Amino acid sequence: MRVTGKNSGRFSALRLLKEALIGHRGWKPGWRNPVPKKKYDVIIVGGGGHGLATAHYLASKFNITSVAVIEKGWIGGGNVGRNTTIIRSNYLLDGNEPFYEFSLKLWEGLEQDVNYNAMVSQRGILNLIHTDAQRDAYRRRGNAMMLNGADAELLNTEQVRAECPFLNFDNNRFPIKGGLVQRRGGTVRHDAVAWGYARSADSHGVDIIQNCEVTGFRIRNGKCSGVETSKGFIGAKKIGVAVAGNSSRLMGMAGMRLPIESHVLQAFVSEGLKPIIPGVITFGAGHFYVSQSDKGGLVFGGDIDGYNSYAQRGNLPVVEDVCEGGMALMPMIGRARLLRMWGGIMDMSMDGSPIIDRTGIEGLYFNGGWCYGGFKATPGSGWVFAHLLATDEPHRTATELRFDRFQRGYMIDEKGSGAQPNLH
Amino acid sequence: MIIDHPLLGPRDSAEFTYLGDASLIDRPDWQDKKAACKFYEYLYLRDNPAGEHRELWYHEAGDRSWLVVTRNTVTHEITKVELARSVAKARGRSK
Ligand SMILES: Cc1cc2nc3c(=O)[nH]c(=O)nc-3n(C[C@H](O)[C@H](O)[C@H](O)COP(=O)(O)OP(=O)(O)OC[C@H]3O[C@@H](n4cnc5c(N)ncnc54)[C@H](O)[C@@H]3O)c2cc1C
Repeated sequence: MRVTGKNSGRFSALRLLKEALIGHRGWKPGWRNPVPKKKYDVIIVGGGGHGLATAHYLASKFNITSVAVIEKGWIGGGNVGRNTTIIRSNYLLDGNEPFYEFSLKLWEGLEQDVNYNAMVSQRGILNLIHTDAQRDAYRRRGNAMMLNGADAELLNTEQVRAECPFLNFDNNRFPIKGGLVQRRGGTVRHDAVAWGYARSADSHGVDIIQNCEVTGFRIRNGKCSGVETSKGFIGAKKIGVAVAGNSSRLMGMAGMRLPIESHVLQAFVSEGLKPIIPGVITFGAGHFYVSQSDKGGLVFGGDIDGYNSYAQRGNLPVVEDVCEGGMALMPMIGRARLLRMWGGIMDMSMDGSPIIDRTGIEGLYFNGGWCYGGFKATPGSGWVFAHLLATDEPHRTATELRFDRFQRGYMIDEKGSGAQPNLH
Repeated sequence: MIIDHPLLGPRDSAEFTYLGDASLIDRPDWQDKKAACKFYEYLYLRDNPAGEHRELWYHEAGDRSWLVVTRNTVTHEITKVELARSVAKARGRSK
């Protein structure tokens, strides 16, 4: 059922033309600001990308429209509005790659699905190669990607030079020997993802409740029947938690300890420059990745700070490290001035891969452990979580993203660095 | 962040590497009947508090000692720094 009349209606070129003629007085807010009802079929805790996407797919694909998304601040104020907006599906392992490729395919149809311009731009992602061993590893990764229906292309030095002549190819320690490129990867306007999903979910009847903090779960005899919030108790048959960096705090309220540590990741934006960086470029010899926003700013980042943190700001050693990586790769950025920098809190899991699963408590479901790579997962995560909430069965691409994989010894550890979250 | 090393005085945190929750000092007994379960919890599960956190830092670019640092994860303020060996000894480890 689509709620019509109250909301902002369908966007189209014709509508834009019509509004232009009447002085743009017909536009309405993108979503309502409802008072919470006493009870819903499903409550989603966390109005980030994943929570809002879950609500959208629950309502539009699984026909569950008695849904509330409960957000402690405003939607889009968490990591969904703080990331460097890179989307890709260049994973190696079978537990991950089908899921991320499923997500990338959903990005490709997202704007039509939610009727919102999210500026999905498949400008390509290029991972640079600096050694022979790295070329072998990337060739293997590219093959794994293709086996799962994704695209991958191995470039030699000259091919990279033709696309990105400004890179420092003759760096003494880290000469560029080629690259692995995924042309379908790219960037997306992150805020628009939150707004687009919110607007669509709302139009299907989902209540988006902002400025409402979940402070506890009502659990009796191993069954969860709702959440305590700053606006009182709200009941539900099923509760899905998708709070990213706050995962341990929320699940702690339900008495659970998670295989997760919270860490801070920083991001940086330079002043606006003329178009120079064609897609997303990542340095293969240090941690540095960069793209250029449509406004012209260079958007870049690197490693997490490396210690447990709930402060949405980082420290200077990582700033220095990121800038050194940038200078080694493309010395021309030394002239650009930094405009802004900020931090967000990552839910770093013990093997670097996410969890979308039931819990030991009936009616309580969990979605988290996204580390620094959950933005690209937003559509896939929403769909898969909606599938789990609606059917109680994992989606076919998420059968390995389980809680018990650590106990059973089935870690999905892309890097092979073990139970050490700050190394993933 | 500045870590006030008990032996060396105030040092830049960039000289250290971070391991994680100081509960890692309490390695379970491998002969315990519930060893498999205890090692699972020891290796993978964390309290991950927002607020005061006791954690292990290694002075890699210094005297290579392990420290237990008490730090607030919301403000990054460090309130206590101890030698990890003193902490372990006080808990009856390494006689
Ligand atoms: C600097 C940075 C760069 C990144 N770059 C990339 C990238 O290039 N590509 C990529 O794929 N990923 C990237 N990520 C990771 C990605 O942003 C996250 O993994 C993803 O956004 C997390 O999911 P989310 O959008 O649902 O989280 P969030 O937007 O953080 O949503 C969680 C929400 O839960 C709410 N919440 C918390 N506690 C409560 C409570 N008690 N009650 C109610 N609500 C609560 C929060 O307020 C928040 O709005 C980056 C992250 C950061 C910080």
